[in-house]
Amino acid sequence: MSSAEPEHPVDSANPAFRARPADAAQAADQASGETLSTLQDAPVEQPLPVDTSVFDEQTVRLAREIVPRYPGSRSALLPMLHLVQSVQGHISQAGIVFCAQQLGLTTAQVSAVVTFYSMYKRKPSGEHLVSVCTNALCAALGGDEIYARLGERLGSAEAPLGQEETAGEPGTPGSVTLEHVECLAACDLAPVVQVNYEYFDKQTVESAIELVDALRRGERPVPTRGAPLTSWRDTEMQLAGFFGEPEVLQAAVDAPSTSEETMVGARLAERRGWQAPPMPDDSPLPPVPDKK
Amino acid sequence: MTQSPTSPPTSPRTSPLTPVLTRRWLSPRSWSIDTYTQLEGYAAMRKALDSHPDQLIQLIKDSGLRGRGGAGFPAGMKWGFIPQGEDGPGAKPKYLVVNADEGEPGTCKDVPLMMADPHSLIEGCIITSYAVRAHECFIYVRGEVPHCLRRVRNAVDEAYAAGYLGSDILGSGFDLDIVVHAGAGCYEAGEETALLDSLEGRTAQPRLKPPFPATKGLYSAPTVVNNVETIATVPYIVSGGSEWFRSMGTEKSPGPKIYSVSGHVERPGQYEAPLGTTLRELLELVGGMRDGIPLKFWTPGGSSTPLLTAEHLDVPLDFEGTAEVGSMLGTTAIMVFNETVSVPWAVMKWTEFYKHESCGKCTPCREGTYWLTHILQRMVRREGTPSDVDTMLDVCDNILGRSFCALGDGAVSPITSGIKYFRQEFLDLCKEQPDVAQPEQQAELAGVRP
Repeated sequence: MSSAEPEHPVDSANPAFRARPADAAQAADQASGETLSTLQDAPVEQPLPVDTSVFDEQTVRLAREIVPRYPGSRSALLPMLHLVQSVQGHISQAGIVFCAQQLGLTTAQVSAVVTFYSMYKRKPSGEHLVSVCTNALCAALGGDEIYARLGERLGSAEAPLGQEETAGEPGTPGSVTLEHVECLAACDLAPVVQVNYEYFDKQTVESAIELVDALRRGERPVPTRGAPLTSWRDTEMQLAGFFGEPEVLQAAVDAPSTSEETMVGARLAERRGWQAPPMPDDSPLPPVPDKK
Repeated sequence: MTQSPTSPPTSPRTSPLTPVLTRRWLSPRSWSIDTYTQLEGYAAMRKALDSHPDQLIQLIKDSGLRGRGGAGFPAGMKWGFIPQGEDGPGAKPKYLVVNADEGEPGTCKDVPLMMADPHSLIEGCIITSYAVRAHECFIYVRGEVPHCLRRVRNAVDEAYAAGYLGSDILGSGFDLDIVVHAGAGCYEAGEETALLDSLEGRTAQPRLKPPFPATKGLYSAPTVVNNVETIATVPYIVSGGSEWFRSMGTEKSPGPKIYSVSGHVERPGQYEAPLGTTLRELLELVGGMRDGIPLKFWTPGGSSTPLLTAEHLDVPLDFEGTAEVGSMLGTTAIMVFNETVSVPWAVMKWTEFYKHESCGKCTPCREGTYWLTHILQRMVRREGTPSDVDTMLDVCDNILGRSFCALGDGAVSPITSGIKYFRQEFLDLCKEQPDVAQPEQQAELAGVRP
């Protein structure tokens, strides 16, 4: 994919993503050496005979690009797992071994992280991931009903689709994985549904059914807030920190983000002429306090 | 609802709404560096870089800025705890970590802020890092909001290109790099020490405090962890001064605050008003209750802050006012529920959330939320008994203050406050299930036929 071009100009120009000087790394190592967990974290196991060839040279290169963003290599684990999902559409045992090898961790250490976080999927997922908020507020405004009806629509009335189950063959065009999730931080726009984590705000049962029907037909409806849909795996690549060429990122950045709800307070203030008190022309900083 | 049309809608000193953080949100491409700089953006950074870092810490202390992530800890004091100096603990690298893992039910202010005005966050990061002498800053954004990640990452790229990040920023000799990091779906990662563990590539579980992050934070080095809204407020204080900041809000809770009003109201959304604004005032701004159906209960700052009712319309929504009525300001996430919503049902939904998000590290929270969920589900299925209410309160008593972090305390808030104000509603669910204390039922349970 385009986001994986070797001459990624933004990253290479960005000092944060260059290898750090040896002294800084050493200082960080010394600092982390004080944690009690260092001993038990030392990798001791032999690599398992698991075929990791699905992760090609390109993926290895990207994985290695993640590491120098951080003072400690283990910090690269969460983004690296997003990278693994962008390749495989879930996190397999091979993905766990791959990350363990890249970061010098045990597979147990990686597995613990994989099973802890809800965005890491343990079985192959659909081209699209549909997440329905069923926390109290969204549920009271229709989220529970939306989730129930989508389950029936994507499965059947007798056997509705369950949590993280997929309609269609996982990975094939038009396949859709359904999940209910906790608060998505869009409560003013409830009830909220996400497709590949892009927002579809203020849904009804009807609009949500239309949405998944369109996804099943291979269409890509336009999110209320967020970039145009591609696939869940593409979004996972972005969560790993790879946003593609600058012009690709710029186009996605400029995709819609605001809603009437976001602006409602600012608009009301503008209409009524309400403002914060004016700042003084000059406000000197306090003097340097005396050292005790 | 008992809304009186004569109640004064404005606090005496300022307008009812005081757009500071939300001031640029209506501008075209408000997320771009061009719009931001046209509207006085990055002027505070220049002023800050010309100053002594300790002046900035003193300024934020003087301003009374309190953390916007829920706990309300004074930000300047937090910065002041970072050890400084050439040797000893001050010699370690220092970090700024921005908590952008917004996930508290009801809370929806940081996501729109990062989408609409990411440069205010970046400018705040530069000033804060300069003040605490950090040269690396991490913005931990929850994974489920890639559009925020794009906007923030783009803002970081633009700031590097403008020379506001990197080495020797604007010839000041100050270096700063910012890394934008995506989470992976975990509420507990919003707890500051769990966030640090998560950022270190581990499961997001809280650390024992002390030591606090100020001395042993990220990679065991001195670390400031602040919420998005807190950091985004910093540039305005640097520009306007502490007196100006204190001209909004109350004595102990100064400044403007983004109130996120959601639920059964006519115009839900983001309303930036001085701290101390009341729900009655906010309801007037949002056009009242939806379809005129009366208010039943609401949260002042997310599901972890105890519920309030229509009795509390005139409580000043600041740190002190909410505490006085036994709740908390939290994140000013005002979820409004009307009379159609069952309190036990809503409490069950929230408890299911806490059970799902409990990290499993400590027993009271892990086991307590599990059993509370079962009891509440049973009650909502109308299979509960009146004694379940006391059982729940007993379990809550064993979680509150006995858990490793605030998640446990938050988990009991909806239950204890729900029972406090709506006990009869819980009992009404049990009408068809008499208490097991009745002798004939006890005999039956014991297998003894009367």
